Amino acid sequence: MTSAVQNQVMWNRLISIVEEQAQALVRTAFSTSVREAGDLSAGVYDREGRMLAQAVTGTPGHVNAMAESVGHFMREIGVDRMVEGDVYITNDPWWGTGHLHDITVVTPSFHRGALIGFFACTAHVVDIGGRGFGADGNSVYEEGLRIPIMPFARAGQVNHDLVGIVRANVREADQVVGDIYALAACNDTGHRRLAEMMREFDLADITEITAFILENSHRATVERIAALPRRTAANSMTIDGFDTPITLAATLKIEPDHIAIDFTDTSGVDPKGINVPLVYTKAYTCYALKCAIAPEIPNNAASLAPFRVSAPEGSIVNASHPAPVALRHVIGHMIPDTVLGALHHVLPGEVPAEGCGALCNFQLSFRPVEGANDPNARRAEVLLFNCGGSGARPTLDGMNATAFPSGVMTMPVEATEQTGPIVIWRKELRPDSGGAGTFRGGLGQHMEIGARDGYRFDFSAMFDRVDHPARGREGGLSGGRTGFTTSGGKVMRGKGRQSIPPGNRAVLDLPGGAGYGQPSGRDPAAVRRDIALGYISPEAARRDYGFEE
Amino acid sequence: MSNPQIKIGVDIGGTFTDVVLEAEGRQESTKILTTNSAPEEAILEGLSEVCEKAGVSPGDIDLVIHGTTLATNALIERRGARTALITTKGFRDVIEMRTEGRFEQYDLNLKLPDPLISREHRLVLSERLAADGQVLLPLDEGELAAMVDTVRAGGYESVAVGFLHSYQNPAHEERVREVLSAALPDLTISLSSEVSPQMREYERFNTVAANAYVKPVMKAYLSRLVARLAGIGATAPVFLMHSGGGIVSIETAAEFPVRLVESGPAGGAIFAAHIARQHKLDKVISFDMGGTTAKICLIKDYTPKTARVFEVARSYRFKKGSGMPISIPVIDMVEIGAGGGSLAHVDSMNQIRVGPESAGSDPGPACYGRGGSRPAVTDADVVLGRIDPENFAGGSIRLSAQASQAALTTEIGAKLAHDVTTSAYGVSEVVDENMANAARVHAVENGEDLSGYTMIAFGGAAPLHAARLCQKLGIGKLLIPAGAGVGSAIGFLRAPFSYEATHSSYMRLSAFSPAEAGKILDRLKQETTSFVEGCAPSSPLNYRIRTFMRYVGQGWEIPVDLEDVAPEVDDIRARFEAAYSGLFGRIVDGLDIEVASWSVLAETSAQISQDAAGMAKSVGAVRASGTRELFDPANGVFVDAAVHERDGMQPGVIEAGPAIVVERETATIIPPGFSAQLHDDGTLVLEQGASS
Repeated sequence: MTSAVQNQVMWNRLISIVEEQAQALVRTAFSTSVREAGDLSAGVYDREGRMLAQAVTGTPGHVNAMAESVGHFMREIGVDRMVEGDVYITNDPWWGTGHLHDITVVTPSFHRGALIGFFACTAHVVDIGGRGFGADGNSVYEEGLRIPIMPFARAGQVNHDLVGIVRANVREADQVVGDIYALAACNDTGHRRLAEMMREFDLADITEITAFILENSHRATVERIAALPRRTAANSMTIDGFDTPITLAATLKIEPDHIAIDFTDTSGVDPKGINVPLVYTKAYTCYALKCAIAPEIPNNAASLAPFRVSAPEGSIVNASHPAPVALRHVIGHMIPDTVLGALHHVLPGEVPAEGCGALCNFQLSFRPVEGANDPNARRAEVLLFNCGGSGARPTLDGMNATAFPSGVMTMPVEATEQTGPIVIWRKELRPDSGGAGTFRGGLGQHMEIGARDGYRFDFSAMFDRVDHPARGREGGLSGGRTGFTTSGGKVMRGKGRQSIPPGNRAVLDLPGGAGYGQPSGRDPAAVRRDIALGYISPEAARRDYGFEE
Repeated sequence: MSNPQIKIGVDIGGTFTDVVLEAEGRQESTKILTTNSAPEEAILEGLSEVCEKAGVSPGDIDLVIHGTTLATNALIERRGARTALITTKGFRDVIEMRTEGRFEQYDLNLKLPDPLISREHRLVLSERLAADGQVLLPLDEGELAAMVDTVRAGGYESVAVGFLHSYQNPAHEERVREVLSAALPDLTISLSSEVSPQMREYERFNTVAANAYVKPVMKAYLSRLVARLAGIGATAPVFLMHSGGGIVSIETAAEFPVRLVESGPAGGAIFAAHIARQHKLDKVISFDMGGTTAKICLIKDYTPKTARVFEVARSYRFKKGSGMPISIPVIDMVEIGAGGGSLAHVDSMNQIRVGPESAGSDPGPACYGRGGSRPAVTDADVVLGRIDPENFAGGSIRLSAQASQAALTTEIGAKLAHDVTTSAYGVSEVVDENMANAARVHAVENGEDLSGYTMIAFGGAAPLHAARLCQKLGIGKLLIPAGAGVGSAIGFLRAPFSYEATHSSYMRLSAFSPAEAGKILDRLKQETTSFVEGCAPSSPLNYRIRTFMRYVGQGWEIPVDLEDVAPEVDDIRARFEAAYSGLFGRIVDGLDIEVASWSVLAETSAQISQDAAGMAKSVGAVRASGTRELFDPANGVFVDAAVHERDGMQPGVIEAGPAIVVERETATIIPPGFSAQLHDDGTLVLEQGASS
């Protein structure tokens, strides 16, 4: 017999347990994407596979996608065949979190000999074989090793055959295998803390707390939705794509107890690896709606359920096997701007202008220059996450060089440079890239990247907003476009693997967020401050704001 | 000095300066309002007072140990020097771009905190070091020469220098200092390679920026203090409490004032750990509430939790990631703007809000009668019967209950149609709930559950609010130690002399050299020994020898304790694997292991603890009378509470709540349902549900 107070305590405890689970992953991981940038997620599930809590550390694309993943593991492995000490794994894009580079690990949790639930976690590893991380694949087969749902450990014994196959197929094998161990360790940490809670509250199972969490979350979410105007609204946004522009189109319908979002009229599957499995589309659609409608209700199966997402099969936001999907984030990260644009018609004055959207990621493959015969020279894969500016808000400027909607961080330059022969020569704010408005868009950033002596590198680009900058709202102007050249002046493509000539640097102008409201409405003191800080040039102040000192 | 006879502990907080004197088993203490413009004034006043009470002259003092929140407050309130940050060209915005992440993922209107040094004061020089410390681009001497003019023309008092990878090679940063200090001898300079020689530029640059920002203020203050003390004949050596819970020389403190951030609260944690050990409590939450802030720290196995990075000035509901990271060894605690001086108001949604703005010591809460018209937590405490206006701070400050009532009525009651009691009740509940939430969040961040913990409360306002906090947190046992009102200052006198020497250099176990490892550790041991012996000659020293290790390729290390300074590879591997699997369940097959850094800590045993029953007596005049009307927030009514003088209580006798135990620096509230008992060492032990 547990009281409501105890249930409240246990709910908070589960949230702290998954947070600790995520921290264990950060502490033990090898790839900078996980240990520095937090491209991971962690959660706890009941024995029916419903997510009860997710870590705050992590990124929305993982978490909401992972919410569905455990059901696939239960079906494929068979709940009856699960024993204590088992650990399961997959990187299947459609059963996990949308591309092969995310490895999902699920661990069944036993208490007094009975299965009571699961811990799951996901992390982005630095390499998974194939062509390497990038948009160039024509099918998922070119994108790397695909691990179907299978045991990583059986009754505590690690599956060394699998470890051997992974080692033989990936660049940076130590990092990737190390990260798989870290994922397993992370679930173990969650399991141990859950067992302590069960002992402390003398519980045999988590049925009652599960019901408490799900009922409360569902009720609170539906209350928020019921308070919204019963409206239908649509929005579309065109972005660069790979070779041809892509249009994302969302129609949003607010019903008494749920919101339906449909992506009919969105472009079809692309020949290159920028397609999005539906699970990832759902993740970022839910994320955008939750931010605007029910931000403080914790994420779980019940608080996500009232957001119903549909998309035509064969559209770029519902791509089926074997479509190439490695860069599903470039399109997926644009979904919130699309959805919020529709919501703006229902809730004017609540949502931001468009922003950079997709993280400005790139992966570099370093190798010794031809003819160099340094015996210590080695190849290296280096992955970087960087952010453009976010869109201006109805009452606030956009955030400079800050991830939105992604929840990751950038890697420290010093940590990145420890992982390979890379030199980042510049990483700082990009003046005049924030769209003008009553509230200004966030600034993008400048970057310059080179190789150390004796090395050259290929650059796998994952940029959008080269031809389609973020658009302003209510009279705000567009954000700055993405620029990508070599230091020799050669203009490079926004997506795809390209060679940087030896001795050259890659020169990047990452995009800014768009403005909100007419520039003429901006407080002159804010314009003056922007000039003093070097956020905008005096010329831009004159041109965009008519500002003369 | 190995066994100093007369010791002084001084803690400067935002509102009060606490001074404690210990001599031959006696303890004298006092609380003086802090003079923010000249903090040393209150020290001199308090020191003279306790010397007089103890019948000694300032010249008889053997040792002064000092801690202060001045550096913290300068950072929070942005009241530091005019400071420039000189950094690597191309990296002007590191402290502004932060992690590029959002600390709250679901808030569309998130506001990122402003950087400590704004963009126009961040200057760049052409230079570049590689990740291994090699020079990729030499420091541009022409630009450096021009930088002298820029710094002069900019009127900067202080400069922080932070170059990429300077933790591997300090040469460029040192060259900048050489040139700048030759041309501008009055300029204060801080180097990131000295303040915080650790990888990860955001944390390191922010730490050196914070050091530079507070250095002129702190340096001037410390030298004034020494001069003024000497002026009254107190020529005893002055040591500073640092944020890690140890003690450093005044010279080190002046050079690295960022290490003093949170030194007062660190003293409080040491004090609580000391009480925890005496009472054999292995799970303790310390609750330190002063005039401006409340501090909460977890203490397990008599050891405060420590961390290598912490945040000051969290800007968003105390949320992790919303403050400024400072990477120095610290006692890990959460601090929020909730103190006796925290001001209350009604916001646009008709909600009562309390803090973080504080009335401080000037004007202080309305009841101080120094011109403050806005209600503070102390005003609510007066109205609710917790504080006797006639007997505040031993009667040294007369409080005006009328002023409290007027302020609460104007600012709260009139806006919400509450009577004055309800207004005070609302303010009190809001601040208590804020503190309870901060405690819960901190426990959660550390994976702890507070039930089963015991609270140790101290600081001027804590005993007034601690029992209510226990009710909210489900904590059943509460200790109010003797000297609770000046706990941090007493903690300074309990802190060991300690110094941790660290060295960053990588050594893989596959290429482990016992000779080289032994050499590194031996050198560290000599360094730390000579430092501590310099402070406390002929005291026996304890050593903690530790390596920070990881699998090659990981980014974070785990501490591995060693037996001695001559490690063997098999032993060190076994210790690492035991620690790793203890933390994370299983070891990783087939990967090499490396040592990333080495550390030796030397410390004296905790300072001579002169605890004893006799120590508990505080000498101020407390006039207690039979009963007082006390508000009980759990039930929302006034009750008749017995008033006891703490000095008059007999050890072992159980007093049932509702009751108030008064002493010179504070008063302890015992709500209905709690009982209190005085322990032999002078500690008041409150237990819930164990009443007579």
